[in-house]
Amino acid sequence: MSARLKMILGRVAQAIPVVMGVVVISFLLTRAMPGDPAAYFAGPAADEASIAEIREALGLDKPLFQQFFLYVGDLVRGDLGTSLTTGQTVMSDLAARLPASLELTLVALLLSCAIAIPLGVLAATRPGTWVDHMCRILVTAGVSMPTFFTGIVLIYVFYYLAGLAPSPLGRLDFIYLSPPHVTGFYLIDAALAGDWETWFGAFKQLILPAMTLALFTLAPIARMTRAAMLSALSSDFIRTARAAGLGSRKVLYGYAFRNALLPVVTTLGMVFSFTLGANVLVEKVFAWPGIGSYAVEALVVSDYAAVQGFVLAMALLFVALNLVIDIAYALIDPRIGLN
Amino acid sequence: MLSIKDLSVAFKTRKGEVNAVRGISLNVGKGETLGIVGESGSGKSVTSYALMRILDAGGEIRTGDVTYDGIDLRAASEKDMRDIRGREISMIFQNPRAALNPIRRVGHQVEDVLIRHAQATRQDAKAKAIAALEAVKINDAAARYEAYPFELSGGMCQRIVIAIALACKPRLLIADEPTTGLDITTQKAVMDLVGELAQERGMGMILITHDLGLASQYCDRIVVMKDGLIVEEGQPDKLFIDPQHPYTRKLVDATPRLGASIRNLLPPEARSPEPAHTVHTRPLLEVRDLVKIYPGKAGPVQAVKGISFDIKSGQSLGLVGESGSGKSTTSEMVVRLQDPTSGNILFDGHDIASTPSGRFMRHAARRDIQMVFQDATDSLNPRGTAASAIAEPLARIDRIRGAKLEARVSELADLVGLPQPLLSRFPHQLSGGQKARVGIARAIALEPKLLILDEPTAALDVSIQALVLNLLVDLRAQMGMSYLFVSHDLNVVRLLCDEVLVMKRGEIVDRGPTATVMDNPSHPYTRALIQAAPQPPEPVAA
Repeated sequence: MSARLKMILGRVAQAIPVVMGVVVISFLLTRAMPGDPAAYFAGPAADEASIAEIREALGLDKPLFQQFFLYVGDLVRGDLGTSLTTGQTVMSDLAARLPASLELTLVALLLSCAIAIPLGVLAATRPGTWVDHMCRILVTAGVSMPTFFTGIVLIYVFYYLAGLAPSPLGRLDFIYLSPPHVTGFYLIDAALAGDWETWFGAFKQLILPAMTLALFTLAPIARMTRAAMLSALSSDFIRTARAAGLGSRKVLYGYAFRNALLPVVTTLGMVFSFTLGANVLVEKVFAWPGIGSYAVEALVVSDYAAVQGFVLAMALLFVALNLVIDIAYALIDPRIGLN
Repeated sequence: MLSIKDLSVAFKTRKGEVNAVRGISLNVGKGETLGIVGESGSGKSVTSYALMRILDAGGEIRTGDVTYDGIDLRAASEKDMRDIRGREISMIFQNPRAALNPIRRVGHQVEDVLIRHAQATRQDAKAKAIAALEAVKINDAAARYEAYPFELSGGMCQRIVIAIALACKPRLLIADEPTTGLDITTQKAVMDLVGELAQERGMGMILITHDLGLASQYCDRIVVMKDGLIVEEGQPDKLFIDPQHPYTRKLVDATPRLGASIRNLLPPEARSPEPAHTVHTRPLLEVRDLVKIYPGKAGPVQAVKGISFDIKSGQSLGLVGESGSGKSTTSEMVVRLQDPTSGNILFDGHDIASTPSGRFMRHAARRDIQMVFQDATDSLNPRGTAASAIAEPLARIDRIRGAKLEARVSELADLVGLPQPLLSRFPHQLSGGQKARVGIARAIALEPKLLILDEPTAALDVSIQALVLNLLVDLRAQMGMSYLFVSHDLNVVRLLCDEVLVMKRGEIVDRGPTATVMDNPSHPYTRALIQAAPQPPEPVAA
């Protein structure tokens, strides 16, 4: 176990230079963006002198090198600067919007796994049957429709026609008050506050966008589960287990499924990262106040502090995600971490 | 105890139905050991899977009765079968490391079986699992209980597989090629263990193997299978001394054994006189103080510890040893795929060890030192045809192209006895023997002076092995090549090599002319190796 702990600590240490690299790159990238933030901030009526004044106030007149050190110094103090468009500190913007995106992505992935993994297992145990074909059809349909289209169809059916879903306008209907901020995840915060009415309200808002994303992410997970299960089931050790008279449940879940988990976990990590990036369209369709739409808006107006903060936050998130996947690997497979 | 009557098994494949077993009948008595011997594709393993009802998808029992202790195994429900498997009839398999769940502690895998068959409760499962491990003579069983398969040697893994199979004290054990892929001394230890346990417990056994010698040593009775049919049945001695069926005769002939020459392995009608090869006194290869150190997890590992030897021009040198002895590392250094840590390799008087392996491709000696690899399948590009495999060294090193290249490839195919139409085929469309011929043709394409053969026949059936060995003897005489023949099979080395080196833990422990070393082994390790090899009864000269 201590060898594994060492492996995990080593992995954490490896993340440090990555984070430092991201800090440098995010800084340089945002400075390379076209447009003059000072001019934007000063407004269309400003003259040269006031723009120069603002540039000085923002510290943009200093040499790049010095700006970088100021930026790093601010970072260390937890200050990401102020967004030029919202007027809030980037930190508070991120704190409000990142949980919204994460909540949506995580719920979508949970939903997706809950459908895709059993479907993949079923398809693998009955290759060539109707279950297998149905799995293939669902998966193809899910991945071939763009998310904004699925989203609009779902809104049309469940909100406009059936009236089952609430209006697709953000995280919570205006009749509810947002729950006290603890984690920023409305489902968790409402549950912590014991406010089940709000919880249900937030859940209702979440279900359609989560379904939209889930449909899109179903395909890679189901396909990988099916392939990994098929290869695990044809392994020699499955034959040994069957020849020893082990029951089919034990063979399927205790032996085959655990071995099939490794590639599935890898796929999950990849799906998670591309979903976080891809859900900007879903956020737009459902007016979801997430981090994707925030970043796109900031990028359009050269809001460098916001973009910088976004890139940094995403990079940290991916580093953390990779770490979690590596640790999950080490927990599933004893062979990893020792050689 | 077990009786099979008129069993036939068919597999549905894309190309239609394949009849793997075509109506066989056999009986196993209480405490009896029955050997089922046959080459790949003979249906011997399928027979055992069918009676356990664990056939792969697409396989189906067509006709016949399988009765075990009065129970009709064909008619039994799947639930009853699960009770019988592991409890009444158990199986052990080849490739033991793959036969164990790679991510579950071996002790837990033993427990799974004990708990499944109500031989243990959650409370006493661990103690009983350790006892089961002790029963198969695993030292320090309590520590091994916690191990994962990748932490154990192949022989140890096979003991775990045996422990799983025998944990519930079954009355019939089916051993499906239990020692394939294991070292010769490990093979003996495993077979002795299984034999002992069977005798102790009065357990019946079916030993499925391609090795007639092994079967004759451990079985009371042998059936020989070919193409899904039983062609002969009898006592081991009788089968060997007086085989009735021509196929049995062919198998007996092809089994390397004491007193047989390399031509004796072939069927009588194919035995042309053995061509002589001349050994010159001039050394072709001189290896001096060769050392290879690998950086290991727990400090550096010295795989080869300063060995020296010569190969004379035209000579065949056998390099014998078990896994971990450093024989493969040595051969890879000589063929310049690996760099030695220190020491010299003189080829024709020039030191070739000073050129790093990465740049040896352009060295003038590259064409003179070639290699035939162990796994004929894995060493061929699956997306390349046989012709392209043979053409590769010609195009890269000789830089010949077009019609000239084609002519040379077909000439080489003739030389190794590969029919011309097969040249356009891909590896998966070729048989094991044909792939071995492609590998040999590729290696001799540049007419090397030294050919390194790394267990070239280890994965082949004995009758194919006989053909390939004889081909190597013919090529040696024709082209005057020297061989470095790496093998764990002493009987094969005896047939082919002038001199032999015995390696153990990176050192040469025994060396000399093959006959001298094999007949009067001076080192105890050589003696142990020779004794561990199965000694088939000597047949009457044919």
